[in-house]
Amino acid sequence: MKLFDKLFSGMRGGVHPEGRKDLSAARGIRVLPLPQKLFVPLQQHIGAPAMPVVNVGERVLKGQLIAAAQGNVSAPVHAPTSGIIVALGDHVAPHPSGLPVPTFTLACDGLDEWVALQACDDPFALEADDISVRVAAAGIVGLGGATFPSALKLNLSRGVQTLIINGGECEPYLTCDDRIMRERATAIVEGISLIALAVAAKEVIVGIEDNKPEAIDAMRSAARASSMKVVAMPSMYPMGSEKQIIQVLTGQEIPAGGRPADIGVLVHNVATAFAVHQAIRFGRPLISRIVTVSGGAIKSQCNVEALVGTPVQELIDFAGGYSQAAVRMVLGGPMMGQHISNTAIPVVKGSSGILALTSDEIGHDEASPCIRCSTCVRACPVGLLPLEMAAHIRGSDLSGAVDLGLKDCIACGSCSYVCPAHIPLVHYFNYAKGDLAAQERSKLKQEATKKLADARSERIARVERERAEMMAKRKAAREAKERAAKEAAAKAAEETA
Amino acid sequence: MNPIAHSPHAHAPSSIGKVMLTVMLALSPATLFGFWLYGWPAINLWAVAIIAAILGEAFVIRIQQRAVRPVIMDGSGILTAWLLALSLPPYAPWWIAVLGSLFAVIVGKQIFGGLGQNVFNPAMAARVMLLISFPLEMTTWGAPSPLSSPNGLNLLEGLRVTFLSQPIDGMSSASLLGHVKTEFTRGIGLDQALAGHYVPLDALAGLRTGSLGETAALFLLLGGLVLIARRIITWHAPVAMLLGVAVPALIFSLIDGNHYADPLVHLLSGGVMLAAFFIVTDPVTSPNTALGQFIFGLGCGLLTWVIRTWGGYPEGVAFAVLLMNAATPLIDQYVKPRIYGRDRKGAALHAKKGT
Repeated sequence: MKLFDKLFSGMRGGVHPEGRKDLSAARGIRVLPLPQKLFVPLQQHIGAPAMPVVNVGERVLKGQLIAAAQGNVSAPVHAPTSGIIVALGDHVAPHPSGLPVPTFTLACDGLDEWVALQACDDPFALEADDISVRVAAAGIVGLGGATFPSALKLNLSRGVQTLIINGGECEPYLTCDDRIMRERATAIVEGISLIALAVAAKEVIVGIEDNKPEAIDAMRSAARASSMKVVAMPSMYPMGSEKQIIQVLTGQEIPAGGRPADIGVLVHNVATAFAVHQAIRFGRPLISRIVTVSGGAIKSQCNVEALVGTPVQELIDFAGGYSQAAVRMVLGGPMMGQHISNTAIPVVKGSSGILALTSDEIGHDEASPCIRCSTCVRACPVGLLPLEMAAHIRGSDLSGAVDLGLKDCIACGSCSYVCPAHIPLVHYFNYAKGDLAAQERSKLKQEATKKLADARSERIARVERERAEMMAKRKAAREAKERAAKEAAAKAAEETA
Repeated sequence: MNPIAHSPHAHAPSSIGKVMLTVMLALSPATLFGFWLYGWPAINLWAVAIIAAILGEAFVIRIQQRAVRPVIMDGSGILTAWLLALSLPPYAPWWIAVLGSLFAVIVGKQIFGGLGQNVFNPAMAARVMLLISFPLEMTTWGAPSPLSSPNGLNLLEGLRVTFLSQPIDGMSSASLLGHVKTEFTRGIGLDQALAGHYVPLDALAGLRTGSLGETAALFLLLGGLVLIARRIITWHAPVAMLLGVAVPALIFSLIDGNHYADPLVHLLSGGVMLAAFFIVTDPVTSPNTALGQFIFGLGCGLLTWVIRTWGGYPEGVAFAVLLMNAATPLIDQYVKPRIYGRDRKGAALHAKKGT
């Protein structure tokens, strides 16, 4: 109880959106039947897109590397099943823009034939470096939604005090982490231990929201033999946000502009831990993930294990299609997920949920004037003044919004969720952040242009100067010559005289 | 194709209209009690105030060529008129209510740019305007004549009081604070002044002379607690306001009980209870943060006590609220929440590598 109180005082603000997890929480993970075609984008992570290493027309095996990481921040991509690469071209992106992105099209041959895998019988005998090399090779990225390359995080977090495993899953509707904890706890715990080994963490805490008692029980019994602590956290959004879960479980805050490693903490998602286990123990790269298909407009909500690249429509069909017209399709959770307008988009490594929502569930209305009720101030888990920031942004005063802490905003959407005036606050903030980034880019561009212009005018000046010098030299030479000729003529005249 | 919607794709089931409606419901017990206590004139005055506010607001919105319906339907103008009516003497003539309501919604609110833009609480601004412009009408109090009592007025008599300014025989009375102030000018101390005028239990129940809806301390408290429970308001401003009145009252009454009324007299008289739960909690004109709201409430309470004790007017709630309204932007400038990962001054916290 004391711990609970301590936890409760840990996070400021937060909201209690209606969970709606009961729609899909009782449905066990089912494997989606193999689709005809998969659409595997080259970029499914934060950083540089992967570089293709196979050719169109080539047959690939399940788990075979088809695009390699390039640059410091990147992750490789593997074939999710065996088949022929029929195209490498543009396909609609899993993004609200719906713009085309470079994507492999893989015609599945139905054999699901694995490539030779490098399994490991005693993973705990591996060196720390070896673990992160294997995690990098497996293309593992943060499966909580951020999709930051996991191996990079391991390398940046050597020797941290605390490893936190995020089983918060605070987004409404989503039950993919809940199910994976209930059904694959032993594998997750081994994955966690491997991560702990890779970064030499001194303590390990698994944080799970208390609305998932079965998952807590499953994880506790799987972790009994180890020293890791499984902690029930109060159910509150955004408990699963990195900054908030650290605050709640350790009482510490990440310094502004810093990373968790700055205070000796590393956070990984439970599904990432499972992926690490698969990669180290069996050598399997990350080619599938658990996706929750839910929302009031879905006939039979469920949790499915889908191959990366599976079109979203296949998952919806698997869930029995729609029970009524969906007003909005969302990729991810309802609080931070993205509106999609095309179900041909593929499931990617970061896709946690596919929601088909009815207008009752969205519950949005026209915005009315702000009455300064400061409900948003109370809801903000970061301690910002959303109403003031929005007022500055509306007046095009971005620097005023930055002074108020715009850059500390985690875009969790709590303010927009609670606003009785239905003002799209977080939309303002994301717009302003985008505008600031654009301004910064154009400033850099301007500076670069100025540098080039300066260099050009300097070059022109130098050329002018050099030419003038040369002219002067030539003139001097000519004059010297003329003088010499004159002198010679004079001398000659003298001699003749 | 529908435009791209931004997250969140879920929304709390709340709206401005619902907020205003909840506040009106919370005001109802005290209002109904006022109706019972003062009878038909009070009901008339309340109705006139609200109708005037609706028509006045509709008129100016029309002039601005904006949609009238959403503005009227958000309920904020009605609530403003309602609060103003509760602070008026129950037997005041109809034009007091009309003038007050029009001033509140037009000058107090719409001229500033409408809902959410006004600097001063419209109801209190209107009350102060009325008090300064029509001191006689605003300080003519009637003794309670409950609807159920034999000397209660019937509808017709009530209409005569409100619309024809018919004087009520033998019913003129003084509010407690006004009475005390008058007695002080005659050199009479509190021990005699309060005798027969102040019965704490009656004051608690609201059975006293005063404004239409300000007397029922218990019902106002009840309404305030409902609003706190429904998370429409927080405890900070109300508690601070009550403390701001009670603490100096306690100290000074302990020093000289014959000149300074005790805290209970202050809390249970005038508009303190109404203001604490329904006026200083007005979101538009109060600070954003919990601490800011506490400071704001405390200032309102303190100024109320100061004006009552040393000022020219017997009651100071409306003046105190307006003064603190003016200070709200200043409070918001200096009182801000600490941002995650930063200290109070906004500098990043120091990184401390695992111990």
